[in-house]
Amino acid sequence: MLDNLNLLVLAPLLNVQLLLDGLFIGAIFALAAYGLALVWGVMNVKNLAQGDFVIMGGYIAYSTGELGIHPIFALIFAPVIMFGFGWAIYRLVISRVVDRDLFTSLLATFGIAIVIQQGLNLIYGSDVVTAQSGFAIRSILGGLVTVSDIRVVSFVLCAVLALGVVTFMKKSRMGQAIRATAQDPRAARVMGINTDRVYAFTFSLNAAICGAAGVLITMIWVIQPFFGITHSIRSFVIVTAAGFGNLPGVIVAGLGLGVAEQYGGFVLGAEFQQVTVVGMLLLVLMWRQVQQSRVRQVVR
Amino acid sequence: MKPLGFLRATAIGLGALSLAASGPANAKVEGDTIILGSAISLTGKYSTNGIHAQNGYELAVKKINEMGGVKVGDKNYKLKVVYYDDESTPARGAQLAERLIKQDGVQYMLGPYSSGLTKAIAPVTEKYQIPMIEAEGASRSLFTQGYKYLFAVLSTSEQYLASSISLAAEIAEKNGKKPADVRIAMAFENDPFSLDVRAGVVDDASKYGMQIVVDDKLPRDLSDMSATLTKVKALKPDLLVVSGHSKGAATAARQIEEMRIATPMIAMTHCESAGIVDKFGAATNDILCPTQWAETLSYEDGYFGTAADYDELFKATFDGYKTVPYQAAQASAAVLVWKDAFERANSLDKDKVRDAIAATDMSTFYGQIRFSDQGNNIAKPMVLRQIQDGQYNVVAPSKWASHPVNYPRVAGQ
Repeated sequence: MLDNLNLLVLAPLLNVQLLLDGLFIGAIFALAAYGLALVWGVMNVKNLAQGDFVIMGGYIAYSTGELGIHPIFALIFAPVIMFGFGWAIYRLVISRVVDRDLFTSLLATFGIAIVIQQGLNLIYGSDVVTAQSGFAIRSILGGLVTVSDIRVVSFVLCAVLALGVVTFMKKSRMGQAIRATAQDPRAARVMGINTDRVYAFTFSLNAAICGAAGVLITMIWVIQPFFGITHSIRSFVIVTAAGFGNLPGVIVAGLGLGVAEQYGGFVLGAEFQQVTVVGMLLLVLMWRQVQQSRVRQVVR
Repeated sequence: MKPLGFLRATAIGLGALSLAASGPANAKVEGDTIILGSAISLTGKYSTNGIHAQNGYELAVKKINEMGGVKVGDKNYKLKVVYYDDESTPARGAQLAERLIKQDGVQYMLGPYSSGLTKAIAPVTEKYQIPMIEAEGASRSLFTQGYKYLFAVLSTSEQYLASSISLAAEIAEKNGKKPADVRIAMAFENDPFSLDVRAGVVDDASKYGMQIVVDDKLPRDLSDMSATLTKVKALKPDLLVVSGHSKGAATAARQIEEMRIATPMIAMTHCESAGIVDKFGAATNDILCPTQWAETLSYEDGYFGTAADYDELFKATFDGYKTVPYQAAQASAAVLVWKDAFERANSLDKDKVRDAIAATDMSTFYGQIRFSDQGNNIAKPMVLRQIQDGQYNVVAPSKWASHPVNYPRVAGQ
């Protein structure tokens, strides 16, 4: 471990590599986490299937590539398909648990996660898959640091998507209805907002966002039917750290988590890369407990 | 259906099933057929390879029966295998082994798929003193328990990448360097199989006095190893070895390309099952991959002919195979060992047959088979194949090599 720290000091350029890798991947984490924040904040449903939605999006990208279409186009299909899937899941399951207690929604979404995992396993098998972007890879700073174009592209796309969602939430009628429902569902209902529709839309929107995140992940990392849980945990860490009314917080926490993972992997070894995530969740929870405030959090 | 009706139907169904299942108590030989038994993964996460293994068993049984069967005494017996689906779960596998032995009276077992399942079943066969020839459990730990009735035709896991170390030493000497100057970076998943592979590498590396500069463990749900590769990039080792099942191979292959890792020699397990050539194309050129068996090897026997003949026959018999997985080949080899042992024992007594198995020394299309006292096959080496222009070519050990090794790797330079 000390050797590794020493290495970072001796070759400071390695920090650039770790930082870049962390930021690029962190942007995707932030995207998926924003979706979770939405569902959590608006519906008070803690979606344990969040990561599995991401993986589903990934498999859509993989299938797109298998059909001979460039997987980046899955960024169009995946959100559409996942929106439909989200809607179906909402009608089928979530609508029945949305006003129940925390435990019921946790169990329900956990069940959905298992069904998705096993379903993907049946369809695609348990071997890992990837989607190849075929984009160029650049060496910078004398070849010690490499940046693949797909990471840059995905970073930009994440920003665009996030911007799109934020604008939608601020400007559109549905966005306003979602925010109103988040603030006070009863009052929203009195004002003539169909909160059931709002919930359905929010849940589907989250699935669509996850789908997009999954497409990007699959072009950078590899996926497998059972990898969803790590992505769920990442989203939970980020949202817990940032709070769900706090988009800048989600972005910062997402990027920070990406970087922390890379450093964790480098210094402690790859085995501890994900331990870093869970360790941070613990720290965040303790810290939250300490500074627990009674301020009501809303989605802005 | 009303609840009562449903219950009754279930009861009748169960009754019928148990009637069907309760065959003769001692079914090791039915008429002129010798019954082998196997719990194998036909569903669940190992089903792909489980089915490969089953096809391998079936092909060998078919071949042996076509060639007149097994001659014991003056009588020719046919072979038949009874299968149960273990659903890829060890507990189920152990149950089914018990059922095969106690209820079905099977006295000769073929192995399941994977080390984990074999580990679960071996204690059962050992308890009833039923010999089992397995073909799909490579873990070293299977052969340190003192089992007397367990035999494996395949090479054990610590041999998987050890050959890459001797190859690196060979190349170092050829280039006028000392093997002790070779620096190794290792990334192994933290699971029993990969740790076995690692142990083999570490043993051989210390034999040559090589220096290990990176020694990372990979997590079970690995999807990113760029942090490890950043270290590799900085420390510039001469050899990088990776083992983490197919996800390890896929992740490594992708990120080795992406990070332009210029290590002159890279070896990893599970290249074939991860399909890295299809996925990542030319970037995987010159990567070394160990394999139990390859159809290009010049092994031969009197049943299937050469390895290439086996390959052809297998593809002609079963649909949907572009290449024949070694899992199928070694399963076939296990059945050949049974035939050979029955005939040498010239008896159907399980203990006599067990002793005959222990004394096996035969050449097969799958390689030489001779068991150590622990039951593992010590006569067949692991071979190293190198991806050359998208083809897997055998490059080591030199006795079986069909192509010279490319060193250093061109890709990534």
